[in-house]
Amino acid sequence: MLGPVDYVLWLASFLLEVFVVVCAVRSKSFLSHLSLNLYMLAAAVVTVGQYVSIQRFGFQSLQYRYYYYYSESLLTIVMFCVIIQLYQHVFVEMNVSRYIRSAAAILLLATAFFSYAVVRENKDHLTSRFVVELGQNLHFCGVVLTYLLWGAILKLRETRTRLIQLVLALGVYFSATAGTYALRNLFPGLQESVLRWVPPLIGTWLPLAWAYTFSKVPEDARLTTARLLVRAR
Amino acid sequence: MIIAALIFVFSIAAFLQFFIWHCRSILASSRRVELSDRVREVTGIQGGSFGAEDFSRLVQLVRLCPERGDDQGEIRAVGTYYNLLDFFGRMARPAIPSVAAWAEQERVNCSYFAAVALDRRISYSRDLFTQQVADRL
Repeated sequence: MLGPVDYVLWLASFLLEVFVVVCAVRSKSFLSHLSLNLYMLAAAVVTVGQYVSIQRFGFQSLQYRYYYYYSESLLTIVMFCVIIQLYQHVFVEMNVSRYIRSAAAILLLATAFFSYAVVRENKDHLTSRFVVELGQNLHFCGVVLTYLLWGAILKLRETRTRLIQLVLALGVYFSATAGTYALRNLFPGLQESVLRWVPPLIGTWLPLAWAYTFSKVPEDARLTTARLLVRAR
Repeated sequence: MIIAALIFVFSIAAFLQFFIWHCRSILASSRRVELSDRVREVTGIQGGSFGAEDFSRLVQLVRLCPERGDDQGEIRAVGTYYNLLDFFGRMARPAIPSVAAWAEQERVNCSYFAAVALDRRISYSRDLFTQQVADRL
């Protein structure tokens, strides 16, 4: 049964997803971050779809669960395009876009195959286990890719504040989601209590952080990444 | 099971790092800003820098000023970061003093951020006041 908090989170994430696109258009960054904006639009459509699915079939229905997990998996694949574009932004001067695209596609296929191989032996609930396994592995791949991207940003001494904040917000999103999926795999009993609230909150975080970046951080703002890594003396 | 456990541990470690770096990237924007004498006067802090415990008082002062409308989100985000640091600092103090010291330094940065926000709001209030006086004349 859904309460008012669920609906508030839903509405907030939908509005924020649309707001990110509006902010990007207003700051004339829509085309330079095309994948990111398409992802936000897709996420908004999926959010509406989830609402419709619950109204029609109910929160506990199998239809809603399949819709939820498969739309999340598809969104994660779209998110890989966002990561690829962020890589292209970072490596813009090195002319390696083709290699980045190929490497990301191979990684994506390998993840899907690995997830299938892991659950292949458990044939009785293959589909439902597969989606959770795939979600966990796709998000973990996202964590690794974002971590590598962050490493490249540090190595290349990238200073564009906007790019840095977009990548860091993505890192927070992927690591929190991958951790939640892994916890769900380890303790399925937690799903009905604690873990129920985590995905909607994480889902709100990403558009919130990106909306902040597009609306508050000017395109020409610069930041020294080394300052972010300074430890206490 | 082992793979899920490994993914969980790595993800939590990555989450903490990314979250801290993200908050620091927001705080970094205020570090380069030189505070005016007005803020030191209003807060009663002369010469020296702000302490970690000054954050709450500074935020209260920020709330007393008219809203600029564009800094609420930042202040709330930094407030959340400050509370998390406070929690981690308290937890780490007996066992890992270096982490507690790091959390303390971060909280000082949060206080400086709040002071910069206060400075901006004071300037905004003065501008508003000047504008109102000019309109009356």
